[in-house]
Amino acid sequence: MAEKYKLIKDLIRLEIEDFTFPKKEYRTGRHDTVLPYNWALGPTWTRFFDGLKEEKIFGTRCKKCNKVLVPARTFCPICYEDMEEWVELPQEGSLETWCLVNYKYYGQVKKPPYIIAQIRLDKADCSLTHFIGGFSLSDPGKVRNKMKTVSRVKAVWSKEKHSDIYDIAYFKPV
Amino acid sequence: MVEQKEKPRKVASMGLVPYEMALGPTWTRFFEGFKEKKILGTKCNTCGRVLVPARPFCPRCFEPMEEWVEVAQEGTIVTWSYVNYTYFGVTPDMIPVIAATIKLDGVDCAMGMSTRIGGFDIKDFDLVTKKVKVGARVKAVWRRKRQGNFRDIDYWKIIE
Amino acid sequence: MGRAVAVIGTGQTKHGRRDDLSYPDLVRQAVKAVFEDAGITPKDVDGVVYGSMPSMMEGVAYNHFYFADALRVVGKPLLRTETCGSTGQSVAHTAIHWVASGMADVVLAIASEKEHEGDAQATMMTILEPFLLVVIGGAPVAFSLQSREWMGYYHIDDDKAREAASIVSVDSHNGGLANPFAHIRVQLTKEDVSKAPIITYPVRLYDVCPVSDGACAVLFASEEKAKKICKKPAWVKGMGFRGEEYFIGDSNKAVWQSTIEASKEAYKQAGITNPLKELDVAEVYNPFSYQELMFLECLGLCPPGEAPEYVIKGTFSPGGELPCDPSGGVLCTNPIGAAGLIRVAEAALQVTGKAGEHQVEGAKLALSHAMGGAEQFNGITILGSKL
Repeated sequence: MAEKYKLIKDLIRLEIEDFTFPKKEYRTGRHDTVLPYNWALGPTWTRFFDGLKEEKIFGTRCKKCNKVLVPARTFCPICYEDMEEWVELPQEGSLETWCLVNYKYYGQVKKPPYIIAQIRLDKADCSLTHFIGGFSLSDPGKVRNKMKTVSRVKAVWSKEKHSDIYDIAYFKPV
Repeated sequence: MVEQKEKPRKVASMGLVPYEMALGPTWTRFFEGFKEKKILGTKCNTCGRVLVPARPFCPRCFEPMEEWVEVAQEGTIVTWSYVNYTYFGVTPDMIPVIAATIKLDGVDCAMGMSTRIGGFDIKDFDLVTKKVKVGARVKAVWRRKRQGNFRDIDYWKIIE
Repeated sequence: MGRAVAVIGTGQTKHGRRDDLSYPDLVRQAVKAVFEDAGITPKDVDGVVYGSMPSMMEGVAYNHFYFADALRVVGKPLLRTETCGSTGQSVAHTAIHWVASGMADVVLAIASEKEHEGDAQATMMTILEPFLLVVIGGAPVAFSLQSREWMGYYHIDDDKAREAASIVSVDSHNGGLANPFAHIRVQLTKEDVSKAPIITYPVRLYDVCPVSDGACAVLFASEEKAKKICKKPAWVKGMGFRGEEYFIGDSNKAVWQSTIEASKEAYKQAGITNPLKELDVAEVYNPFSYQELMFLECLGLCPPGEAPEYVIKGTFSPGGELPCDPSGGVLCTNPIGAAGLIRVAEAALQVTGKAGEHQVEGAKLALSHAMGGAEQFNGITILGSKL
């Protein structure tokens, strides 16, 4: 890629391969953007991710509407009040919807095939986006049949933790 | 219950996005001119202005500019500045740089296209303020091997 | 011009280095503040306008989606607008047009930036087109080139311009000290400014704006709603906005047409014939001290080429005929997307007597202004205490 890529190679944990564009018949200029970022997590997400490192999933409860939302939020999106009560949630829940991703695009965080799903953890009032795994995904037909039988899933933790959402490796069917 | 152990953290990451942009026929031809050490401009049939870099249409009349003109490679400095700091992508060996906007003879607009003043020790700031002035005459100095992009003009040298 | 529109509340975060908050939390602070200031709730709002610099600045795309919760956009129409540095003014203008057209009675305008999450200069240089306008030096070089073009055009002596620019810097930094929201709050002398390290000559360290995180929110309301809800509305008296050609060499940047035309339009709408006499305070966009000198001329506040004299005389300093940037201006606080809207908020605070320590006594008519691009856009909003 660009010369600048070498400047930030140490920040990258995921493999980024070079990208080739489809052939064009007129003259073009390659203009890759390579830029460093440093995002502030703020107190709420810092605490949420610290929780993941210790294999705990935290949500927050709104005083007004009493809803528990996960990931933990600073404020309730409906009432606009601060959500100050922290709740440790069970690591099991029901599967609301899922999708098998079976194609490649540049910058993908996980190599396909993988399943993205919405999981409603017990005691939470909203669903969480994460992966479903723990079984072979190579045959879409078999995956579909298997997923028809799945209603409950449970978190499986990564061995190596980085205090990010991938500390949960995936949710496995129970 | 996990207590707030440390101050809120920051997460370092990077954005790495590839792009490939079309130059279009006008700019392609403009840069082909660079390969031949030519600076090409286009002339508007309505207002009569000659503009560099070559344009597909006149920005004021909004008419297509189809007449191509080879312009002079000498001009005057309209403005200049001495750049002396770095940011991501600019390393200390790349500065200082003297950026300038130059009005070529016979052209009706000034060119701020990565034009740099060079040809003397630009690290000597006092020398820079002595030599580089608004209104000074400059001439293009080409790179020996040219690829048809803005780097083909190595720098602009001040002609006394 | 459509119906009368007023500012009924403003909210700002404490601008600066906000590593303590995530970006959505930062935006929420400004929005919470504006609702507290106006004394209304989100359900009274008919629409939301949001603006910030392009997503590559902070590395998160479509950030109006990222903090839709903080913007209170749920269940409301949203418009997003961006014009580089003049984004804040464009956001204000969009909200004003919306209310003036009669299609909404109360509109929430928000603008923000969190520059410490990316490298602002690198981003701005990277996301330009890569073929023709390639420069090393970031925003400072573009405006330094323009400043020298101005000095060359009017044959202004380097030292005179340097002295005037130093006065501008000292005045702005003193304003920052009096403004609890400002990012840079330091005491400077003319000597400190004139001898600081060179960034892009003639611009030196204290002639340049900081890299800031911050958000600003302003509530605009129709005449009927404003009179009902707000004790002291700040009325929109005039607006102007103009664009220019892409290539910086295509026009004379010393006689800056977009600023001149935009201000003429705003003055016409506000019924102002002698801006220097009739305005009480001017929140001019001043990321670079030299650039403020040019703006003073192009905004019609002093004759062309004579800004250094007027500044050295003290016309635009605190206590002068037309104090400029009593809030510290952009020199003390520059979250780019929000900077233009902060000027509107500060103008509103001035004409409603709510500016606290940096209040200009008896201010009734205030100008706010912002510029965008490498000198392509200029937007102006004039606010007054009387309808």
